[in-house]
Amino acid sequence: MTVDIDKTAGGPAGTPPPGPGAEAIKAIPVRHYGRYVSAAVAIALLAAVVFAFSQGKINWGAIPDYFFDDRVLTGMGKTLLITVLAMLIGVVGGIVLAVMRLSKNPVTSSISWFYIWFFRGTPVLVQLVVWFNLGLVFEYINLGPFYRDEWSDFMTPFLTALLGLGLNEAAYMAEICRAGLLAVDEGQTEAAHALGMSQAKTLRRIVVPQAMRVIVPPTGNEVINMLKTTSLVSVVQYAELFRVAQDIGQTSGAPAEMLFLAAAWYLLLTSVFSIGQYYLERHYARGSSRQLPPTPWQKVKTNMFALGRPKGGTA
Amino acid sequence: MTGKLSRTETAPVRDSAVPMVKAEGVHKSFGPVEVLKGIDLEVRQGEVFCLIGPSGSGKSTFLRCINHLEKINAGRLYVDGELVGYRQKGDKLYELKDSEVALKRRDIGMVFQRFNLFPHMTALENVMEAPVQVKGVSKAQARERARGLLERVGLGDKAGNYPSQLSGGQQQRVAIARALAMEPKLMLFDEPTSALDPELVGDVLDVMRDLAESGMTMVVVTHEMGFAREVGDSLVFMDDGVVVESGNPRDVLTDPQHERTKAFLSKVL
Repeated sequence: MTVDIDKTAGGPAGTPPPGPGAEAIKAIPVRHYGRYVSAAVAIALLAAVVFAFSQGKINWGAIPDYFFDDRVLTGMGKTLLITVLAMLIGVVGGIVLAVMRLSKNPVTSSISWFYIWFFRGTPVLVQLVVWFNLGLVFEYINLGPFYRDEWSDFMTPFLTALLGLGLNEAAYMAEICRAGLLAVDEGQTEAAHALGMSQAKTLRRIVVPQAMRVIVPPTGNEVINMLKTTSLVSVVQYAELFRVAQDIGQTSGAPAEMLFLAAAWYLLLTSVFSIGQYYLERHYARGSSRQLPPTPWQKVKTNMFALGRPKGGTA
Repeated sequence: MTGKLSRTETAPVRDSAVPMVKAEGVHKSFGPVEVLKGIDLEVRQGEVFCLIGPSGSGKSTFLRCINHLEKINAGRLYVDGELVGYRQKGDKLYELKDSEVALKRRDIGMVFQRFNLFPHMTALENVMEAPVQVKGVSKAQARERARGLLERVGLGDKAGNYPSQLSGGQQQRVAIARALAMEPKLMLFDEPTSALDPELVGDVLDVMRDLAESGMTMVVVTHEMGFAREVGDSLVFMDDGVVVESGNPRDVLTDPQHERTKAFLSKVL
């Protein structure tokens, strides 16, 4: 990757000129006819699909009418809120579970194993509904002098959604974190211990920062997954984006249109998250490669610069 | 290229009658494999003690026992008069807690074959890390001292580089500076030049030579016979988990008494 960057930056001037007597190679490049054909086929198929949808019985005009509707925006806000908070529970819980799982203490590692076994082994939709109906088991929630309430009042749709998704996510994050912690070279722990660092400090200062490089990419994947999974919490009456879209669809008489609207919003949000993930990965790549990959903006700048030059500057 | 370390700065004066390291019948097994089969030796204060021998002879394992990275199975191991990893009350041994082990490791610096620098930190941050996190030294003070140490190992201008931006020899010198930052009374070197290109070995040995001249007690596992002969005060040849021969490095290397020592030296010299 670094090599490519250096080429675009230095261009042909960066490569040494051919020595005396050596003739620069002028070869006719290989023609990739297959690329032109496949591009034409893909464009044709896409056009056909777009045409079919435009001719269908869908009132496309309804989508822009409701796109920035207050209810939609509120629902989107709730979707984002649940995504962020559930992921927070998931990441913190996941790290704790992973450390417990790798601990020398057989009790903590068994507890962690059991948790992961249970929460990964049952569908999240079922878990959500169970949380909602836990009043069958616990009639009251009683935290002594601090808090006491009936379960059905305590377990609001919001809390159900948060706990249901967050605790489930923690099980998956635990496995991701465990893989990350195991990926860090054992010599790092030894070096830290040899310097007199405690187990906790070694983890926090040395191992976890290096594990992050392995943990971040799949975690970004989990965030995007979580954003979409929040649509499930509509079953516990939480008014997030999908639920709102369904409600509007029923009252406005454009149910299918509102589903497309929701899909467009989800796509928009996941795209934004993907960009954030790119920069986060870049941050944790510090020290692992000699030169950081360029940001998209840096790429655009070098490419624009390269366009202004005669051919042959970029590969 | 490297400044001299003054004696007072790295090696406070202590009772020189107590050996820095004392091993009595040290055994160590990994599962069914017995790696150390009864090691007895003594490292005096301020001495450069070299351990040589073929790979698999147990010399690195023994080194790792000294700061309790490995637990010994039998025998006694003392550092500066104190039992390593255990506390003795009467005739009973009590295992030390992790925090107590960590406390003792502060005084023992270790340099690894594979450097083991922290890749997410710059050279300067690597050297600052332990004093700040373990000893609670202020960052400003630790930074100043780390700069001084990097200067001494000849890397004053590389303070801001990450390990991946340094050559092997430079990384190893940062690793030495990192260990010295804790002001240890004993330094352990585990084949510090084995992973280096031949042309980079000299720089690291220069730093170690300066350190030896400053009076630091050093236990060095090495294949550098030149270094052992020139700088070493004592030398032990290990093979198959036992000490085969020991003595003054000049004597042992030029006139080995045992067949195994002779066979080994004929291959490496």
